[in-house]
Amino acid sequence: MTPGRKLLGHIALLVPPFGWLGVFYLGSLSVLLLSAFWQVDAMSGEIVRDWTWENFRILFSDTTYTVIARRTTGIAILVTITDIILAWPLAWVIARKVGPRLKLTLLVLVALPLWSSMLARIYAWRLILGHDGVLNWGLRLVGLPDQNVAFTNIALWIVFSYLWLPFMLMPMVAALERIPASLLDAAGDQGATPWQVFRTVVFPLAIPGMAAGSVFTFAVTQGDYVAPMLVGGAGSEFIGNVVYSNVGVSGNVPFAAAFSLILLAMVAAYMLLARRFGAFDAQ
Amino acid sequence: MNMKAYSTLLLATCSAILTTQLSTPAHAQAPLSAIGKGEGDLNVVAWEGYADDAWVKPFEETTGCKVHRKYVGSSDEMVALTRMGGGKGFDVVSASGDASLRLIFGKTVQPVNTALITAFDDVMPELKAPGFNTVKDVHYGVSYEWGPNVLMWNTKDITTAPTSWSVIYDKAYAGVITVPDNPIQIADAALYLSHTKPELGITDPYELTQTQMDAVVALLKEQRALVKKYWALASDEVDLFKSGDAHVGAAWPYQANTLRAAGVPVQDTIPTEGATGWADSWMISAHAQHPNCAYLWINHVMTPKVQAQQALSFGETPANTKACAEMDALQPGSCKQYHADASPAYFSSIKFWKTPVHQCGNGQNTCLDYSAWQRAWQQVKQ
Repeated sequence: MTPGRKLLGHIALLVPPFGWLGVFYLGSLSVLLLSAFWQVDAMSGEIVRDWTWENFRILFSDTTYTVIARRTTGIAILVTITDIILAWPLAWVIARKVGPRLKLTLLVLVALPLWSSMLARIYAWRLILGHDGVLNWGLRLVGLPDQNVAFTNIALWIVFSYLWLPFMLMPMVAALERIPASLLDAAGDQGATPWQVFRTVVFPLAIPGMAAGSVFTFAVTQGDYVAPMLVGGAGSEFIGNVVYSNVGVSGNVPFAAAFSLILLAMVAAYMLLARRFGAFDAQ
Repeated sequence: MNMKAYSTLLLATCSAILTTQLSTPAHAQAPLSAIGKGEGDLNVVAWEGYADDAWVKPFEETTGCKVHRKYVGSSDEMVALTRMGGGKGFDVVSASGDASLRLIFGKTVQPVNTALITAFDDVMPELKAPGFNTVKDVHYGVSYEWGPNVLMWNTKDITTAPTSWSVIYDKAYAGVITVPDNPIQIADAALYLSHTKPELGITDPYELTQTQMDAVVALLKEQRALVKKYWALASDEVDLFKSGDAHVGAAWPYQANTLRAAGVPVQDTIPTEGATGWADSWMISAHAQHPNCAYLWINHVMTPKVQAQQALSFGETPANTKACAEMDALQPGSCKQYHADASPAYFSSIKFWKTPVHQCGNGQNTCLDYSAWQRAWQQVKQ
């Protein structure tokens, strides 16, 4: 094959995915970008194509949206921290303490819930946390008072932490696996205590894994609207819920687009930050 | 790809998408002059419980029109759903008074030829050409059924029957209250305030000035701290009462009927302050793909029998005055229970949903329109 034909072949391979992304991804993103500067006529529901900053003015001047954006980010941070803490012991065991067969079994067990529908898993939590749910049933058995966790922000925090834990665990296992045993031995030989080894050797080397995991726990929580709808209560609105209700209920696509753009900017900023910590370096 | 090629591609895709969006023609069809043979399918957008198998199955058998249903939980959702796909996605919609004008002015629905509606002469005089479905003497819908938004409570948890809407603003019930997730819920709070704070001067709960709205929003924000969950679909509220997460809330008679049928001890009432309510019309899409089936459907659901079935299953009052006997035949005493025998007085006691607009009833232009209501509701929910 001549070099020219080889190049043509490469281009032919690249055209379908790039064409797809160009039309459906960049295209829809651009329409989103444009419509954020439009308005909608409340009575007829038609989009008025006059350029205006009005949507952004409302978003920044009305404290409602600041509160919602803060809640979204706050819970996303909380979920990320929770998942990091929950993932550490298990990731350490899977990566360094067990044989290959048990390791495979444990990894499959971690991934198993991902094969069932996310909706089903969220609904399961409704059954656990609900007033007549498994949690209160268990509490009553041991003589403790009922808890009202269902339809609160605490329920949201629990459900999100559960949903995204596997996504934090996998990159952390990968990161911990790659720490050479010789480094740990060397640190020990130099007289480091186990805590010192963890603090100065293991933890810094695991940062890229945690950063990669946090891309899922943080960014995906920020963009979610299903869990707040199903297990959230009064005062559990996320940015995604405002976007959803403006598109599907109020028919105000321009306003939804404006808020989505802000969400997009927040997630993009986080991605850049995560990249600095090595989240996207080939592992 | 270099930068220039990239931006060209971006522009090209943009303009391609925009042209397809803009070039959809918006020609409304002229109303039918005679009902022909059914087209075999009918797409229905309706309130939960409005296309029940009890009357859908007989309709499909006699007309051959296969019914495809989409249920909604709020007027806003109904409006948004009917506007999707340029209005080609549905044939008929059961719009409430707060959605119907938006559908008419948005050219989503077409005029109805009432000469083709068999039961039109039997419709209550108040509902033959009401302002919410008839504009400048042109009928855009056929009035279907109407009813009140009620106060519902679990009789096991709340043993003394409440008589005022005050219970859903009462700290004693913190954490067990549920109300609809719907901007029109603002009118319920306004109706309550028109009785408890007459100095605000609220005469019509759908015509609020900024000062009045501020007071209503303040009340609703206090209520948020007490609310367990805002329900979006009737079935959500049913779940909340079944699980015991909610003990009291604003509801439709439909939820009360459904819960009682499931053995949950609930009771419902119209409190002393009165109630908001709905008056629904069947409307036909301006781009209906199955207009014959649409007319056949409206004629079917306007028959006294279906009117009575609908009234009993949802807990509302039929528009067809001939339905009374059918209601009593299905469930003795139900004609009186749902006020189908003395409808005019009962009719005037309900504050029916309508779309809030700038023009107040008193000739002033200081009232808030619906987009302001939607924003206010978002502020309430946060």
